[in-house]
Amino acid sequence: MGRQELHVLIGGEAGQGLVTIAMILTKALVRSGYYLVVNQSYQSRIRGGHNTFAIRVSTEEIIAPRQRLDFLVALNQETVDWHRTEIAPDGLILLDERFADADQRCVKAPFKQFAEEKFANVAYLAVLNKLLGLDEQVVFQTLEDYFGAKKPEVTEKNRQIFSAAYEWASGRNLPETVRLAPVAPQEHLMLNGNEAIALGAISAGLKFCAFYPMTPATSISLTLQAAADDLGLVVEQAEDEIAAINMAIGASYAGVPAMVATSGGGFALMVEGVSLAGMTETPILIVVAQRPGPATGLPTRTEQGDLEFILHAGHGEFPRAIFAPTTIEECFHLTRKALILAEKYQSPIFLLTDQFLADSYRAVAPFEIDALDATSVGSSPEEVSLPYQRYALTDSGVSPRLLPGQSTHLVVCDSDEHTSDGHITEDLTVRILMVEKRLRKSAGLRAEVTLPEYQGDNRPEVLFVTWGSSCGAVVEAAAELRLRGHRTAALCFAQVWPLIPDQFLSYLQGADNVVMVEGNATAQFTRMICRETGLDLPHRILRYDGLPMTPEYILGQFQSGGF
Amino acid sequence: MLSESIYGNYETAWCPGCGNFRILAALKKALVESNLTPHEVIFVSGIGQAAKTPHYLNANLFNGLHGRSLPVATGCRLANHQMPVIVETGDGCTYGEGGNHFLAAIRRNINITLLVHNNQVYGLTKGQASPTSDEGFITKAQPHGVYAAAFNPIAVAVALHAGFVARSFAGFEDHLTEMIKQAISHPGFALVDILQPCVSFNKVNTFAWYKNRCYRLPETYDPTDWSAAILKANEWGDQIPLGVISKNSRPPFEAHFDCLGHTPLARQQVDKAKLKAFITHYR
Ligand SMILES: Cc1ncc(C[n+]2csc(CCOP(=O)(O)OP(=O)(O)O)c2C)c(N)n1
Ligand code: SF4
Repeated sequence: MGRQELHVLIGGEAGQGLVTIAMILTKALVRSGYYLVVNQSYQSRIRGGHNTFAIRVSTEEIIAPRQRLDFLVALNQETVDWHRTEIAPDGLILLDERFADADQRCVKAPFKQFAEEKFANVAYLAVLNKLLGLDEQVVFQTLEDYFGAKKPEVTEKNRQIFSAAYEWASGRNLPETVRLAPVAPQEHLMLNGNEAIALGAISAGLKFCAFYPMTPATSISLTLQAAADDLGLVVEQAEDEIAAINMAIGASYAGVPAMVATSGGGFALMVEGVSLAGMTETPILIVVAQRPGPATGLPTRTEQGDLEFILHAGHGEFPRAIFAPTTIEECFHLTRKALILAEKYQSPIFLLTDQFLADSYRAVAPFEIDALDATSVGSSPEEVSLPYQRYALTDSGVSPRLLPGQSTHLVVCDSDEHTSDGHITEDLTVRILMVEKRLRKSAGLRAEVTLPEYQGDNRPEVLFVTWGSSCGAVVEAAAELRLRGHRTAALCFAQVWPLIPDQFLSYLQGADNVVMVEGNATAQFTRMICRETGLDLPHRILRYDGLPMTPEYILGQFQSGGF
Repeated sequence: MLSESIYGNYETAWCPGCGNFRILAALKKALVESNLTPHEVIFVSGIGQAAKTPHYLNANLFNGLHGRSLPVATGCRLANHQMPVIVETGDGCTYGEGGNHFLAAIRRNINITLLVHNNQVYGLTKGQASPTSDEGFITKAQPHGVYAAAFNPIAVAVALHAGFVARSFAGFEDHLTEMIKQAISHPGFALVDILQPCVSFNKVNTFAWYKNRCYRLPETYDPTDWSAAILKANEWGDQIPLGVISKNSRPPFEAHFDCLGHTPLARQQVDKAKLKAFITHYR
């Protein structure tokens, strides 16, 4: 039979090849047809330290990370010591026979016998293959693809180690407690949040990205860079975040869909550029992958602590929209929407994620690329009324945007308050007209809000409300509480600004208890909801220890919270 | 034939007698002599009196933030590498607030013409010291005189192997026109540091002060000799050299991007077949 669901954690020091085997295993699982949610945890160092790659595998679609472990794969003794208490009583630990661990749940293998230290991870992979009951061909093919570009000697060496360890495992009477139930193979992609953002952006017409490296956002730009030569993108590592956003704004002005990706600390430097985009009405997509602050905070951990910062970033008043994808699929689709809206409303548009989502791999159904449209940049010169005015006053607040050099009309943009033709002005009557014109765009942005998603019972005893990457954990927590006999529901926001009470007020009013769930210490989203609805929402479950929201955490807090 | 009138005639917000007027006149001439019509050029500027210059021209213009014109210009140029991009800025804007961008733009050697109106003072904010103010220069903000050593933009640019480094003076309109023209036609990063008297706030470095010191580099001077240029770049005081101080033929930044070969990025579409092929890496 095998298990419908399993939570495996692979742990070890950085430099032991942990990510390599974890990635190969994850891909082999996806190719085999399983669903999964990966939660990566690492320390801000390149060698040593304690790093984990947790894969929650299931035969059904799943959306949340978990805490309790079924299977611990320990590349060192320290991993067992760190995680012993999280392992289920009937769980399993795989480790090298060198480690004299007396835990009843241990399965020990002579990894040293198969390979020198540097290649031990391949031996681990082979034994894992056997324990999980995966198709050996699929796993080995994945291993080969992974090292594909490397030299033939490397492939041959991997083959030998893999076979030796696999044979060893086949000849043992290994426990079958972590064997997975078989599933039909799938054509799924294996993608993490950052990769999905990059692909979504390209599919929507992105052509330019400038960045300055900052965890956990960097891999967005690196993914774009990997695609750049094939797909005709320019990805430039700027001298700093200030340059990055200004470059993107320059590229956008000259006619190219552009984005920047950073984390809170880098975004802090970009803020003047946000205001510049607001004033010059230049389209730009700004992705902020959150990590715990203030300042440099916990560089490699997760948090949802920058929401109010993004909401208010930039001096002066101008409209904006903030998306907060809840799944990898939404990372793709909402990035597309954000880029398209940026162009349509000639505004800075934000996509807010976090380390958990950024690094979380999932099995994702392939996208229907042919059916997706790209943003069309600028108006056509034939459509504009003459003389051409970049900031012509319109009912929608959106003025015709021409691109410099693509017609004989001159395109004049200014960070100072300006007249309709783009030139500096200190005429205070014009000032009022321009402020109002810019703000009129918010009506359009409000009309295109992605609705919050309600799942669960009508008139529930408990309604959990949350946003962004915490949604998966909340939905699963609500489902578990329902199994315990409560009427429950979850309300999940994938767009957190603008907030339109008419779209969700009835849900809040229809529940006996509303419990707000967020990955920050001060309930930032709760405050926003209260401000927009006039409600008081005192019940909160908050997490700010650097780890992602999990169903266990929510239920634990719920029980002790006395809601 | 183009004439300067095509670039318009605007009322300015500058003080009467300011060096900026002469720079604007030389710029118009250089544009016309370079055979550029207004819609074929992009101007980018920051904030300051100098940065207002493109507002007094018929031109495509992105007037951004203080110190940030070079990154914006870099983005413009990458998006449309077939259009000349000219940055108009002050010494405070580019050497102070935007110092890091100045270094990075030189290193990239992106094909941008950078015209710095160097009046050795902050004009728009009323007379504080700028990075190029001479040591000891007294202002309300520096009542005991500037303590810091003056920034030497020419020496820094030469040291970093900038593609084209020139100095001119607002008082020598023909020389300035010539330098701007050469800078525009240089295929790479081109700096023209323009000595510009500020009649309101710099009572030391006046028209006469510059005029008495500036001299033109002799015909025999070879700007491709980097070591000679380093020495020349450090000449400042009683004798101030004008002309092309250094130049080389480093390939421009844009040339490294295959995708910019023919069609500007701004006219390219997503290639869905290629995107689909790329996505197969994630299978
Ligand atoms: C971020 C920021 N800081 C400060 C200012 C104020 N400011 C405007 S112009 C200027 C200095 C201008 O000096 P310079 O660049 O030398 O130009 P000039 O006016 O002398 O031509 C300053 C500090 C600003 N606009 N933005
Ligand atoms: S303050 Fe100086 S630089 Fe500014 S316009 Fe007046 S004279 Fe020119």
